Amino acid sequence: MAILVDSNSRVITQGITGSAGGFHTRMSHAYAPIFVGGVTPGKGGQWFDGLPIFNTVAEARKITAANVSMIFVPPPFAADAIMEAADAGIELIVCITEGIPVNDMVRAWRYIQDKNCRLIGPNCPGIITPGQAKIGIMPGHIHKPGRIGVVSKSGTLTYEAVGQLTAAGLGQSTCIGIGGDPIIGTNHTDALKLFNDDPDTDAVIMIGEIGGTAEQDACAWAKHHMTKPVVGFIAGATAPPGRRMGHAGAIISGGQGGAEDKYAAMEDAGVHVVRSPAEMGSKMVEVLKSAGLI
Amino acid sequence: MKLHEYQAKELLRRHGVPVPPGTAAHNVADAVQAAKDLGGNFWVVKAQVHAGGRGKGRFKEAVDANTLEMVVAGAADVPGKGGVQLCRSIDDVKAAASLMLGNTLVTKQTGLDGVVVKTVPVTTGADIETELYVSVLLDRANSRLVLMASTEGGTEIEEVAAENPSAIKKVWADPITGLGSWQCMQMAYDLGLTQKKTSRQAAKLFQGIYQTYLATDASLVEINPMVISSEGDVVALDAKVTIDDNALFRQKEIASWYDESEDDPSEVEAAKAHLSFIKLDGTIGCMVNGAGLAMSTMDIIKHYGGEPANFLDVGGGAKKEQIISALNIITRDPSVKCIMVNIFGGIMRCDVIAEGVIAAVAETGLSVPLVVRLAGTNAELGKKLLAESGLAIIPADTLADAAEKAVAAAAGK
Repeated sequence: MAILVDSNSRVITQGITGSAGGFHTRMSHAYAPIFVGGVTPGKGGQWFDGLPIFNTVAEARKITAANVSMIFVPPPFAADAIMEAADAGIELIVCITEGIPVNDMVRAWRYIQDKNCRLIGPNCPGIITPGQAKIGIMPGHIHKPGRIGVVSKSGTLTYEAVGQLTAAGLGQSTCIGIGGDPIIGTNHTDALKLFNDDPDTDAVIMIGEIGGTAEQDACAWAKHHMTKPVVGFIAGATAPPGRRMGHAGAIISGGQGGAEDKYAAMEDAGVHVVRSPAEMGSKMVEVLKSAGLI
Repeated sequence: MKLHEYQAKELLRRHGVPVPPGTAAHNVADAVQAAKDLGGNFWVVKAQVHAGGRGKGRFKEAVDANTLEMVVAGAADVPGKGGVQLCRSIDDVKAAASLMLGNTLVTKQTGLDGVVVKTVPVTTGADIETELYVSVLLDRANSRLVLMASTEGGTEIEEVAAENPSAIKKVWADPITGLGSWQCMQMAYDLGLTQKKTSRQAAKLFQGIYQTYLATDASLVEINPMVISSEGDVVALDAKVTIDDNALFRQKEIASWYDESEDDPSEVEAAKAHLSFIKLDGTIGCMVNGAGLAMSTMDIIKHYGGEPANFLDVGGGAKKEQIISALNIITRDPSVKCIMVNIFGGIMRCDVIAEGVIAAVAETGLSVPLVVRLAGTNAELGKKLLAESGLAIIPADTLADAAEKAVAAAAGK
């Protein structure tokens, strides 16, 4: 069943009446009709393209039995929206919003530790199980159902990897954009563990980028536990230190977070490293062939 | 957003952190008056720029080119006077301010271009017995704020971390309860500050910088050095504060302090057009959608032997006007020998990008080869528009194809 989301997911959109929230709810629902409603305070009782709108997440969950929320709430209120979803018992919270103040996320992250939920993002493209569920802003048509998992901090670079896989005839089990902020709910290690335990995933493409040490942590885990092949790439080998490269978390600071340290950790963990982002798909083909998986 | 030292100290002072009394002067007469008003017979005059290494920096207008080379190379014992001066008389203050104001300070961090000094804070000189380092920042490993301190004040924390990591002490704040008073006291004792007055003052300073961090939506508050006087009093002698750009919408006063003269003019212009742009030293200009793909585009240019001239993310929903601004900013850089456009259309439609590129070229002309790679949503339509435009655009199908063509074109092949 791939990981985290499938055709049985029941999804609401927080911020469904905003322009981005509305647009992407329509696109995602057209890809796979798993949306059951939306939340916009003050607009409860109204409808959005046949989906009921509620004032609160708690009300939406009570009536629709939603277990997933996609958040498009503007940055000043997005951390609050994450906590609201967690408090209402939503099991998977996918926060697309970019630009949330880090101090807000420090509190929201701490708050959800005691709740029965998983957060993906913020500042991410979302998650897709091709053919079954699209919860986010990725273009559905480039994906193809299959057995390769993809995890990445980036949006369009994930599409690049997916495009290469699809062009090579390899479909995807699930693709997760975990987000480019310094604080995110699901990290590379979490994603690798999920893919490792998923019977429908044969191999994983792991895309990291400069900043922090999450890739090293994931490699330290993978070295001893990952039983499936992993192809890895790190974006930002040419990035200058001390500059924030678009993503709030993509910065080499205090001598930490450089691409070479991450590549070294990948090599040490037996990850099949590609230094060119154009070779993610072809390397995967090569790896699967040598493992006898295709 | 980086703040100047005097701005950082103002924020810290508001949250109960002791800083040396002083005034930021914009001309020599004000600097002299500031010193007289402060009284005493010992003052510090500093050149206010963001770059580090000011004390060892030298002024372009006062020394020769060889000396500047030495500064940038990080040589010891460079002749001449620097950007931080200890003054024992009013005449010294006047001389220091005259040397600094309006002149160009070159430090190891600024490179040979240097930065023009517009402000000189004048503060009373401190009586220094011990120097320590202390900062508050986000620990990404556990998503909590960490209070970090070391007895090796005056040294860059990166150096301490590399050479003597056990000298760095840390305590983490639970966001629900904040930084506990006991944690601040514990930190003071861990640093060997056992004198009652000193440990209390230090703990109060630690709490003050944590409160400053929260109240100002900082991403870094660093005091280096924090100084203990021979009397055992604690003061923040130098301060660095960086504000989280994502929170500037609710930090209006601080946002108004932004000093655009510290940033590259092309970066300032790009920011106004809502483009994420960073100037680099290479010859291949890049225009890409998405930060990860933009970094990867730089990486693949390098992989094929070229050098990127910039990082540029036009974002997920760029309009035609932004594409035009982006291409204008890139083409204005005289070192750019070729431009590589790399778009993977998701939400962004490739036909919109194509229209933007055609409009920009029609407006400004095209002085260097332009390689365009379009993939994803409406890629075929975008390619068709470019092909029918009659412009001398070099089309590319894949990322590797585009990078190879761009590197060859930049080399004049």
